[in-house]
Amino acid sequence: MGNVVELNREEATELLTTMWTIRRFEEAVDDLFARGLLHGTMHLSIGQEASATGAIAALEQGDYITSTHRGHGHCIAKGADVTLMLAELLGKESGYCRGRGGSMHIADLDAGNLGANGIVAGSIPIAAGAALALKQRGSDRVVVCFFGDGAANEGAFHEALNMAAIWKLPVIFICENNHYGMSMAWTKAVAIDRLSRRADAYGFPGMTIDGNDVIAVKEATERAVKRARSGEGPTLIECLTYRHKGHSKSDQNLYRTREEIKEWRDKDPTQRFARVAIDAGLMDAATAEDIAEEAEQRIARAIEEARSGPDPTLVGIEDETYA
Amino acid sequence: MPEARSITYAEAIREALDDAMASDESVFLMGEDIGVYGGAFGVTTGLLQKYGADRVRDTPISEIGIVGIAVGAALVGMRPVAEMQFSDFTANAMDQLCNQAAKLHFMYGGKAQVPMVLRAPTGSGTGAAAQHSQSIESWLANVPGLKIVMPSNAADAKGLLTAAIADPNPVVFLEHKLLYKTKGEVEVGSYSGGLGSAVVTHEGRDVSIVCWSAMVHKALAAAGSLKDQGIDAEVIDVRTLRPLDRSTIVGSVSKTGRLLVVHESPLTGGFGGEIAATVTESDAFDFLEAPVKRVAGLETPIPSNPELEKGVVPQEEDIVKAAVEILAG
Repeated sequence: MGNVVELNREEATELLTTMWTIRRFEEAVDDLFARGLLHGTMHLSIGQEASATGAIAALEQGDYITSTHRGHGHCIAKGADVTLMLAELLGKESGYCRGRGGSMHIADLDAGNLGANGIVAGSIPIAAGAALALKQRGSDRVVVCFFGDGAANEGAFHEALNMAAIWKLPVIFICENNHYGMSMAWTKAVAIDRLSRRADAYGFPGMTIDGNDVIAVKEATERAVKRARSGEGPTLIECLTYRHKGHSKSDQNLYRTREEIKEWRDKDPTQRFARVAIDAGLMDAATAEDIAEEAEQRIARAIEEARSGPDPTLVGIEDETYA
Repeated sequence: MPEARSITYAEAIREALDDAMASDESVFLMGEDIGVYGGAFGVTTGLLQKYGADRVRDTPISEIGIVGIAVGAALVGMRPVAEMQFSDFTANAMDQLCNQAAKLHFMYGGKAQVPMVLRAPTGSGTGAAAQHSQSIESWLANVPGLKIVMPSNAADAKGLLTAAIADPNPVVFLEHKLLYKTKGEVEVGSYSGGLGSAVVTHEGRDVSIVCWSAMVHKALAAAGSLKDQGIDAEVIDVRTLRPLDRSTIVGSVSKTGRLLVVHESPLTGGFGGEIAATVTESDAFDFLEAPVKRVAGLETPIPSNPELEKGVVPQEEDIVKAAVEILAG
């Protein structure tokens, strides 16, 4: 576990609140989908809350993130309004993208979230581009770029990491290694033991950490942010984690065992952090339970509000293609 | 009248880049060998010395990275002008161009803008063969969210590129390699215009020849030959395929009653089909006195041998022959 002593009560409460908000949000949308109230598909990050929460906790106002198809957690951690997110998933005009984007394409530009992306590795060059713009303008802001183990085998990963390296761009590459690219085990997709070794090939630091330890993720990202802000360039942080749910809504879990899933459920990052925070005296057990309970209620209220939002129409839709 | 002088198409493009960079700090260039080398066709010569390596940014040979970094920089308020060394290489970067740049504005509900330009030398005629000579406009024309510009002359190249850089959308700017050294009268100083408008380059009454890029020059030469045969051809330079100025085309065909579309890319799936359909779906259909005809590239990659290369793309005599056939009814 990362160093819990470095945290104060307020920070601990904030981290746990974010993690439970993500968890309850995704459980709620999973339920809406099961009840036929949500259309399309979605990719849940249940079990991966620590990497989104810990990495974004290391950022400040004005910093950016880019996200992935499994992006609800990143979006919430970056400060999104869950009502607007739910409205987007429900296809409402009142959603973040007016019902045009859906689960896989939520962007919250005002908060610095440059968007979730349906193309694996699609947002890695975009993150490098935003970082280049910041550097060119003399800003000390940074970009955190989330992607999965699958994305690390795309050409876009290679080109973007190399260009970020040669230009020392202020970008932190967070590889959320959740062990599978859809059904492909990451260990079968590469012939190396750690994806973070690839950083060596580009000439910047890489590390593999326990991605289910929110404090460890936060600390590693803080070091990488410091490096980026001071003009030293990128860092690759591989967060080892696991998605409890299937890849998307069509997944029958044929490629992994119940035992494996159970083993990782026992390493649940959210409950684990609650225990650590309680043991360290940063909160009592009742407070930790209240945080989970309040998150659930907040999401329930947001669903009601989101469901009452207006539906979009086709009127003028072709005029929206261009700015 | 503003002062004008004769400069090349390449120089006109350089002037547009220079003016945009001088007036807007957020404009920067990115591409392979665009710095000291000046670009594969010399278009960016001298700009590195004037604006420095941050704003005239040489990149590794990484087309996904070039286009993707332009998208990301544009998303946060820059106006990147990225260069594909040859338009063929856009194939490497199709995800960033078609799934990212083109879609983000719509997909994110209108909040994001991607004000970038992707410049690319295109077309055949240099003997560079199949992977350095094709015309890619039809690949991209079916992607809502992109604008596609193909100037045929120096004055248009300058005004259209200035407009493309100022546009809040991703614009693909395809420069025909055979036009780089062609000269034309170009106004001194910055000006912008032409995005989304076709132009009647040569007026005539008998047949409308609709074309773009290097084919405009072949069509104009053909119009000269046709004149000798008593056929008065009108030449329309489409200039931008997206957005397409349908009314200028429909207006011309309503007048002439005959349509000949000419393009360098292969016939099947080529943009000529869109032009033909535009006319047959419009009121101009009632004025048609002959079937619509298309003269286009053959259904092959571009070959290396100069005679073969010439033979697979439309030439002046092909255009003349087709026009005569249309008039013969």
